[in-house]
Amino acid sequence: MKMRTIAAMAAIAAVVMSTAACSSGGGSSPSGAGKTLTYWASNQGTSLENDKEVLAPELAKFTKETGIKVKLEVIGWNDLQTRIQTAVTSGQAPDVVNIGNTWATSLQATGAFLPFGDAQMKAIGGANKFVKTALDTGGAPGKTVTSVPLYGLAYGLYYNKKMFSDAGLTPPTTWEDMVADAKKLTNPASGVYGMTLAAGSYTENCHFAFINSAQNGADLFDSKGKPTFTSAGVVDGIDRYLSLMQSDKVVNVANAQYDNGTQSVSDFANGKAAMVINQNNAGNSIAAAGMSPDAYGVVPFPAPASGEKIATFIAGINLSIFKNSKNQDAALQFVKFMTSEATQATLDKPFSSLPVLQGVTPTFTDNADLAKTFQDIYSTKSKPLPLVPAEDQFESTVGKAMNSMFATIATGGTVSKADIKAALKTAQDQVTATMG
Amino acid sequence: MPFALIAPAVVFELLIHVTPMAVGVWMSVVKLTKFYIANWSAAPFAGFDNYHLALDVNGALGASLLNSFAITCAFTALVVSISWILGMAGAVVLQRTFWGRGFFRTLFLVPYAIPVYAGIIAWKFMFQKDTGAVNHLLADNLHLIGAGDKPFWLIGDNAFVAVVVVTIWRMWPFAFLMLMAGLQSIPEELYEASAVDGARPFRQWRSITVPMLGPVNRVLVLVMFLWTFNDFNTPYILFGGAQPPTGDLISFHIYSASFLTLNFGFGSAMSVLLLLFLLLVTGVYLFVLNRRSRRA
Repeated sequence: MKMRTIAAMAAIAAVVMSTAACSSGGGSSPSGAGKTLTYWASNQGTSLENDKEVLAPELAKFTKETGIKVKLEVIGWNDLQTRIQTAVTSGQAPDVVNIGNTWATSLQATGAFLPFGDAQMKAIGGANKFVKTALDTGGAPGKTVTSVPLYGLAYGLYYNKKMFSDAGLTPPTTWEDMVADAKKLTNPASGVYGMTLAAGSYTENCHFAFINSAQNGADLFDSKGKPTFTSAGVVDGIDRYLSLMQSDKVVNVANAQYDNGTQSVSDFANGKAAMVINQNNAGNSIAAAGMSPDAYGVVPFPAPASGEKIATFIAGINLSIFKNSKNQDAALQFVKFMTSEATQATLDKPFSSLPVLQGVTPTFTDNADLAKTFQDIYSTKSKPLPLVPAEDQFESTVGKAMNSMFATIATGGTVSKADIKAALKTAQDQVTATMG
Repeated sequence: MPFALIAPAVVFELLIHVTPMAVGVWMSVVKLTKFYIANWSAAPFAGFDNYHLALDVNGALGASLLNSFAITCAFTALVVSISWILGMAGAVVLQRTFWGRGFFRTLFLVPYAIPVYAGIIAWKFMFQKDTGAVNHLLADNLHLIGAGDKPFWLIGDNAFVAVVVVTIWRMWPFAFLMLMAGLQSIPEELYEASAVDGARPFRQWRSITVPMLGPVNRVLVLVMFLWTFNDFNTPYILFGGAQPPTGDLISFHIYSASFLTLNFGFGSAMSVLLLLFLLLVTGVYLFVLNRRSRRA
């Protein structure tokens, strides 16, 4: 009896192992047709389901053109980075993957991704088809990029038109104007605030650490890739951003708990805040929360009058191919298809993204003013996040330090410049201690 | 034949326990950063550099590890002791026969039966500042705090309270279950005899229940200690990707170092240190208890 049980268990184990082997080793025949690619897409639409619906017809078109099938998985932002890192670590990876372009240099450093050298670039239609600033986010300067731009994004300051006109205000052009307007529009008694921030999201916070520092002309890393978080410009930049909640009091302290951008966008759409800083894909979420597109306008996120006019980092999604993919040719064909003018024109609208191809008109919105504003921000008021391998550590260390600072402010404490500098010193030591 | 019979067990033990541990120890002595994770074998040997970083309390990384360790110790002490008290109280109260006993026994086990994720997500909603049930109860129903002073639970200093409460909620039904099972093996005659001698319930509990539950308690406390000290799910689900400083429990701390900053060598070194600490505590605990029980 016992012997039989053991034998049965051994048989089950053998079956499990062999099926596991099957699933990881599929598809190794040489050229295109008949192959299956695995593609991990990031969440760009209003939901994971929405992404699948948007992408399905395009993928079908690709299969019809090339005979290559695509197995799609859409992955939410909370999981994507971990999934990619696990794939890199284990080697159990998809063929093609969407990455947040700020991760490009860190992921490039892992050596797990296919460099787009001359041959690969030619296969996907040439480097010249991309907007240069967008392609520059594909990897460290001077190295062959390991990702190419897919969707372009930029931050803008969304404002509620009615609240502004009721108060006799015009949209701000400087930081000082923005704060003054926000103060006039703040009325805690009725639960309305001038601005709303995703102050509990470390990924959002680190973006504003960067933008506000850049407005002060400060860099986060020196030319050797060593962190310079404690420089005066960075400390002042973070202090300015914190002051919206701390001293100007134009942000509800409850925002310290908002751990993703959707919550602040929802406050804006529901009239609880007059302004929100968000990337240009906010349109869909605002509409989903019931605010009409005519009810809001967008201006560049303003810098202080004396500062540099930087309103965003070059945000966006890039496409990468895993180096250990057995279907590299098919993967390149797929990247070519996804970055073709036709596919881009179709996808930019539902995903509210800015074009990453040269000489293409934006299709992400029907509102010509909005399109023009974002196009202008993206091409003239932007700066890339540091293109150094330790960029991901900047995001987690400085971003989380800012979460704690907002938490301190929200729970009644104060954060002085000395406190900011001390926290940034710790973050800087952490990054330095673990640098390769 | 006997060796053939235990062979599968030995093979799987090696595969599931020993190999990952050995790999973990190896990882802790190499510089396994993001530059090498695609090709582990190329990672350069680092000797005890990772350990040095983890134990250097004057450096940023060592100081934050020490801080996380201290928080975890306080967290574990609170969770284990309060869970044990609640479990014991529940088990003793439900030992008497009364109408509805089965219902309460089931009810008390519900937190243990609910999927971890669902349970903690529900707590996360309840701990929200403006819309959460906890603040609603404290401010609007009980008027313990003013409606305008609703505190944050998931950020700032209260985060520690929140994670302790949720972990106790998940842990105490286990103590309850084990102690209730242990109580069934205590002969009823002992209580009857002591009652004849005039013992009141508290005396009965102290002189009969606690000593008779000794073997159960020994295992129960050890298991609860290990689970609580290593708890990853609760802080991860409750706080998401960014833990507040007061909720920086050690498993989560190691996870952040390994996955968010892709420094697996350093993460492994901290894991090995954690393993050594837990081995030490467990060893001392068992040694002391065994000696005491042999003497008794």
